[in-house]
Amino acid sequence: MDGIVELQRQLIDYTASLFHEGFLDEQFNQLQQLEDENNPGFVVEVVTLFFEDADRLLNELTKALGQPSVDFKSLDAHVHQLKGSSSSIGAHRIHRVCISFRNSCEEQNVEGCLKNLQQVKHEYSLVKDRLETLFRMEQQILNAGGSVRR
Amino acid sequence: MDNGCFSSPRRDFPAGLRVLVVDDDPTWLKILEKMLKKCNYEVTTCCLARHALNLLRERKDGYDIVISDVNMPDMDGFKLLELVGLEMDLPVIMMSVDGETSRVMKGVQHGACDYLLKPIRMKELRNIWQHVFRKRIHEAREFESFESFENIHLMRNGSEQSDDGNLFAVEDVTSTKKRKDADNKHYDKECLDPSSTKKARVVWSVDLHQKFVKAVNQIGFDKVGPKKILDLMNVPWLTRENVASHLQKYRLYLSRIQKENDQRSSSSGMKHSDFPSKDLASFGFQNSVNKQQNDVPVDSYNFSDGSLQPKNVETKSREGEPKGIIPQSTIAEKGRALTGNIADTNMREGFRVSLNQPFVPLESEGNRSVFDCSMPTQYSWTEVPHLQLKEDHKSLVNLGDNFSQLPLQGKQHHIQVDQSQSIASISSTPSITDEEVAACIEPKPLFADYKNDYATSVCSIGNAVVDTFPIQPGSLVMNDQSSEPISTTNSGLKTQGYNNLSSTSDLEIYQRNLLLDEDLHFYWLQGESYNMNFGLQNIGMSEY
Repeated sequence: MDGIVELQRQLIDYTASLFHEGFLDEQFNQLQQLEDENNPGFVVEVVTLFFEDADRLLNELTKALGQPSVDFKSLDAHVHQLKGSSSSIGAHRIHRVCISFRNSCEEQNVEGCLKNLQQVKHEYSLVKDRLETLFRMEQQILNAGGSVRR
Repeated sequence: MDNGCFSSPRRDFPAGLRVLVVDDDPTWLKILEKMLKKCNYEVTTCCLARHALNLLRERKDGYDIVISDVNMPDMDGFKLLELVGLEMDLPVIMMSVDGETSRVMKGVQHGACDYLLKPIRMKELRNIWQHVFRKRIHEAREFESFESFENIHLMRNGSEQSDDGNLFAVEDVTSTKKRKDADNKHYDKECLDPSSTKKARVVWSVDLHQKFVKAVNQIGFDKVGPKKILDLMNVPWLTRENVASHLQKYRLYLSRIQKENDQRSSSSGMKHSDFPSKDLASFGFQNSVNKQQNDVPVDSYNFSDGSLQPKNVETKSREGEPKGIIPQSTIAEKGRALTGNIADTNMREGFRVSLNQPFVPLESEGNRSVFDCSMPTQYSWTEVPHLQLKEDHKSLVNLGDNFSQLPLQGKQHHIQVDQSQSIASISSTPSITDEEVAACIEPKPLFADYKNDYATSVCSIGNAVVDTFPIQPGSLVMNDQSSEPISTTNSGLKTQGYNNLSSTSDLEIYQRNLLLDEDLHFYWLQGESYNMNFGLQNIGMSEY
C-alpha cells in the first residue's frame, strides 16, 4: 500500500512539474476531468491520437520546407492544424512555437520557418517523452491496484 | 407565447440535444464528443464537411445544432456554415484555434450563432443549447404574431380552422422546445410592433413579407434559401438571419395551412399538383408553368410541409449572393421578406427591418410585383400572405414588365390593398399570357444568380397568371399608391415610374403571383380578400 501511495505522490509531483515547465496547460486538466470510470483510458487515447496527428503534420512540414519553392500557404495551413491539435491536449509549448511559426510563414521567411520547424520538433519530442513517462507511472499504479484519478 | 402544448417536447431539455460536430482534427473530435456526451447531448461526429452535409440532408430533422471548425481541408467552414443555414436553417457554432477578430466577424457574418475559441472548455459547450432554444422562441414568436394576424383575417374561403390551426401551428413551432419565458429582447422579428425601429428587430410588414413571398416564389419553394431570398428581396437593411428565421416561420405556416387544406379537402384540384414532390414547393406558390390557375379558390398556401427547403444548394453557397444587390429600396416583399441571403454583410445592418426602407426595387422584369414597396409598417408576414383569392383567376398579377424598380426611396409604402379596388380587375385576366406573366414575374434579378431563377420562375408563373389586379388597398397598405396604376400595369407593372404604384401594385401583383394557387387564400390585412388564384405552380427556379 505504501508503495502505491508513494507512486501516487510521485505521479502528482511529476504532473505538477509538467505544468510548471509549461509542457502542459489547463486543457490537460480538462482532459483528465473528462475521464471517468466508463472510459478509463480516455486521456491516453486522446494523447495517442495527438501523437499520430503530430507525426503526420511534422512530416508534412518537413516536406514542404524541403521544396525548392516553398508553398507558404500550405505550410501555414499545416502549422495551423498543428496549433489546433496541440491546443487540444494542452501541449502548451508546442502551441507557442506554432504561433511564431505562423508568423514566419506570413513573412514568407524560409529561414525563420526552418528554425521554427526545428523548435517544434524539439518541443514535440520533449512533451512526448514527458507524457509517455506520465502514462507509465499511471500504469504502474494501476497495476499495483491503485487508482490514478483525481 | 405560452402555448404550452408541444408536440414533441423534450422534457429534459436540453438533455438529448442532437449535436453534429464537424472537425478534421481527430483529437478535437474525440474530445468534443466526450465533452458533449458529458453534457448529456446526443453527439454525432464527422471529420469531413461533405460528409456532414450528407448527414444533415439525409435526416433533415435529425439534428438540433451543428458545431464546426473553421479550417477544414475539404470545405471551408464558413461555406459549410452558410449551407447549413440555408438548407437546414440550423444554428451553427464555429470553432477555431484562431481568434482573430476578423475571423470571428466573418463567422458572425456568415451566420454563425457563436464562435468558440479552442481550446474549448466544457462549460462553453454546456450552454450551446441556448442557441437552439433561442431560435425556437423567435420562430414561435414570429409565428405567433403571424398567427394572430391570421386569426383576424381568416381566410374567406374557408380555412375555418384557422384558430385551431394557429394554435396548432404555434405548437408546431415551439414543439420541441420548452417555452420558457423567453426574453424577447433580441433577435429579429417582431411582427407585432411595426413602428418600432428597435434594433435588431425586424418588423415584417406586409410589404416586406410580400417581397419575401415574392422572392420565394421566384426562387422556387424548393430551392429557396435565406441568402437567395435576401438577394432577391433586395432589402439593404435586412440580414440573412432575418430572412432565415422568417423563412422558417413561413414554412411552418405553410405546412400548417397545408394541413388545414388537406383537412378541408379543398376542392381545387390544383392544390399542388404541380408541386414537385418536394414539400417545399407547396409553399403556396405553385407554379405550374402551364397551368392556368383555375378558379379554384386558393385556400391557403400550400406549404407542403411548411418548410421551404432549398434545393441542394450544396455547392452553391450562394456565391451569388447578391451582395449589395439591394440597391435601393427594400422591396417590400410581399409576404415574407426573405431577408436571408442578401449579402449578409449588407443585411446585417438592416436588422431591424422596420420597413422604413425605401423600396428595394425588385427588379423584375416582369411585373414582379413590386413588393419592393417598402413596407411601411410592420408587416407581419402573416398578414400579408393572406390574400383571399376571391376571384379565381389564375391570372398572375402581371406586374408589368418593368417592374423592376420601385425606387421607393425611403418611402414607406404601405401596400395597401384597397378593397374597394376591384378585385375584379384582378380577376382573371386571361390576358396575362405566359410571356407577360413571365415577364412580369421575372424580377430583374438583381444578382446574376437570380437571373436564372427569375426567368424560370417567371415563366412558370406565366401560367399562374395572376391578373394584375389593382391591388386595392386591402391589407397591404401602401403609401400613397395610386391605385389605379395597377390596372394600368396590367400588362405589367410599369417599370420604374411605378413608384408609388408599384408599391401597391407590385405588391399585389407580387402577391398574386405568389399566391397563385387555387388553394391559396390570401387575406388582406384588412380582411379583404381577393380571390386570387395564384397559381404559381412551379416556380421553377433554376438552379439556385
